Amino acid sequence: MEQVISAYAQIKPGQVRVNGRIEYSDENFITFAEFIKPFFKSLNLGYPKFYKMDPLSKLGFIASELVFKQLNLDSYDRKRVGIVIANSSSSLDTDIIHQQSISNRSEYFPSPSVFVYTLPNIMIGEICIRHQLRGENAFLISERFDGRLLTKYVNELFQQNRIDVCLTGWVDLLKEDFEALLMFVEPGIWEMNAEAREIALPFSEKTVNELYTIM
Amino acid sequence: MRSVYIAGHNIITSLGITTAENMAAMEAGAIGIRMTSNPRLFPTPIPLSLVDSGVLEEKFEAVLAFHKKTDECSSFTRLEKFLIISVHEAIAPLEQDFRDNRTLFVVSTTKGNIDLLETRSASLFPPKRIYLWEMARIVGSFFGFANPPMIISNACISGIMALMAAFRYMKSGLYDQAVVTGGDILSEFVISGFQSFQSISPNPCRPYDAGRDGLSLGEGAGTMVLTTKKTNDTEKHITIAGAATSNDANHISGPSRTGEELALAMQKSMTEAGLSPSEMGFINAHGTATPFNDEMESKAIALAGLVEVPVNSFKGYWGHTLGAAGLIESVASIQSLKNQRLIRSAGFETLGVPEPIRVIASNEDKEISSCMKSASGFGGCNAAIMFELK
Repeated sequence: MEQVISAYAQIKPGQVRVNGRIEYSDENFITFAEFIKPFFKSLNLGYPKFYKMDPLSKLGFIASELVFKQLNLDSYDRKRVGIVIANSSSSLDTDIIHQQSISNRSEYFPSPSVFVYTLPNIMIGEICIRHQLRGENAFLISERFDGRLLTKYVNELFQQNRIDVCLTGWVDLLKEDFEALLMFVEPGIWEMNAEAREIALPFSEKTVNELYTIM
Repeated sequence: MRSVYIAGHNIITSLGITTAENMAAMEAGAIGIRMTSNPRLFPTPIPLSLVDSGVLEEKFEAVLAFHKKTDECSSFTRLEKFLIISVHEAIAPLEQDFRDNRTLFVVSTTKGNIDLLETRSASLFPPKRIYLWEMARIVGSFFGFANPPMIISNACISGIMALMAAFRYMKSGLYDQAVVTGGDILSEFVISGFQSFQSISPNPCRPYDAGRDGLSLGEGAGTMVLTTKKTNDTEKHITIAGAATSNDANHISGPSRTGEELALAMQKSMTEAGLSPSEMGFINAHGTATPFNDEMESKAIALAGLVEVPVNSFKGYWGHTLGAAGLIESVASIQSLKNQRLIRSAGFETLGVPEPIRVIASNEDKEISSCMKSASGFGGCNAAIMFELK
């Protein structure tokens, strides 16, 4: 049995794509915040918690929303939805903010709302809270995008029957550099409708690496 | 599906730099958490479990000499020294070669070389050393491992998750051996963060006790060497029998209100192991000694049908060692299993959690054949892993 990608989203500076098609573009931005805020507003999600998140979680959260928008999550057992995400810089973007808040004894103001984001898996927690997902999680680190790492980990989860479906991919952000590729992986095309079958791609190391390269 | 056996291990904490030193100290009731006045770590005195730097440096010199390395001690960070010593101690007594491509190398950490973000330390190392993959690469290349490290950074369940990943890959035949290591150091970064949450106790922590008022932070490293080959057929072996994770989907910095999700991870790991609650020797739970964590765990233990099973937390000995905790505490748990001896949950006197769990109040010999290690962390993550003696 070979798993398939039934939906995916890609975000890079200036551009957002869903299932390969351009969903949003804006070349007139300087910071990540300037890019992501208007796009978030355009989605009309009505989820004010978004504004409390750190930039890495915001990036992962939006990419996950774009993926989940393509599906009906109610048709899955939420205790059997896995989330496996990797990146290169862990939570370094927010680590730097926390370090700045303690670097000077006369201006010493560490904040719990910053410190909690100094772990990369908080992004997974945010996605789980949003959709009440309670299944297997993992946050992995690799120097560069590594399709083999992700497909190996996720395929084991399927083969050992630990999950029914999985959100997986890469969400990396450091200052104004950012990239996200999140994919929804299902066990096969048999249960899908005709439209979904058309989009479906094999969940293989080769395809995953290609999706990352063409971002 | 193949069996996964434990072939080697090490623990580095304030109580010692070998598994044996740590177990002997616990047996004697030693507590490694001490009031520490170090303005580099925190402006006012605070209880911490720190590894003695003199002991660390001396041991590291010996490890460099053993491996005939010409590097200077100063070309490795404090965490890299922890991990290199820990891996060395775990593999040195074994005959196997770990440098082939059938050996998986897994590293778990929450913050890696986070001390390099401090301006006074930053200039001593190349900037990329702050990245977890570079830190892990340095450790792996020290031993000449063929495969690049697999790196797990998933808050306080990282250590269990690292063991779980290796277990799953070996179970399905992708690797024959694994060296699984994890570590975290104490830094101004981490201490200031937990202090901002007001979660640090002014005294050594007291898991599950009615008077508990917060956690104690610790540093250290732990390593487990796994193999799919039995070393001999006559002796009993300890195996990893099951493991699972779950998410609370409730709050990013507070535990579940019900404990249902940790219970789910516990039940899944028991099902995989094919073990029932009545067969469980003890549970080494997370037991951070924050009011909410311990409360949630008691509910999860009850929900999973484990309320009669003896429970301990090792954090009263060496504090919460974050990304190392799952490994350090798993190693201590399997020693407990091997020695047929339950270890007292340090700091505990009077039960202070809602469910009537059986916290181990004194060291005691007991015939046991399996145990569970569990953990929960920020981001709502939970994990449980089962060890069996057979």
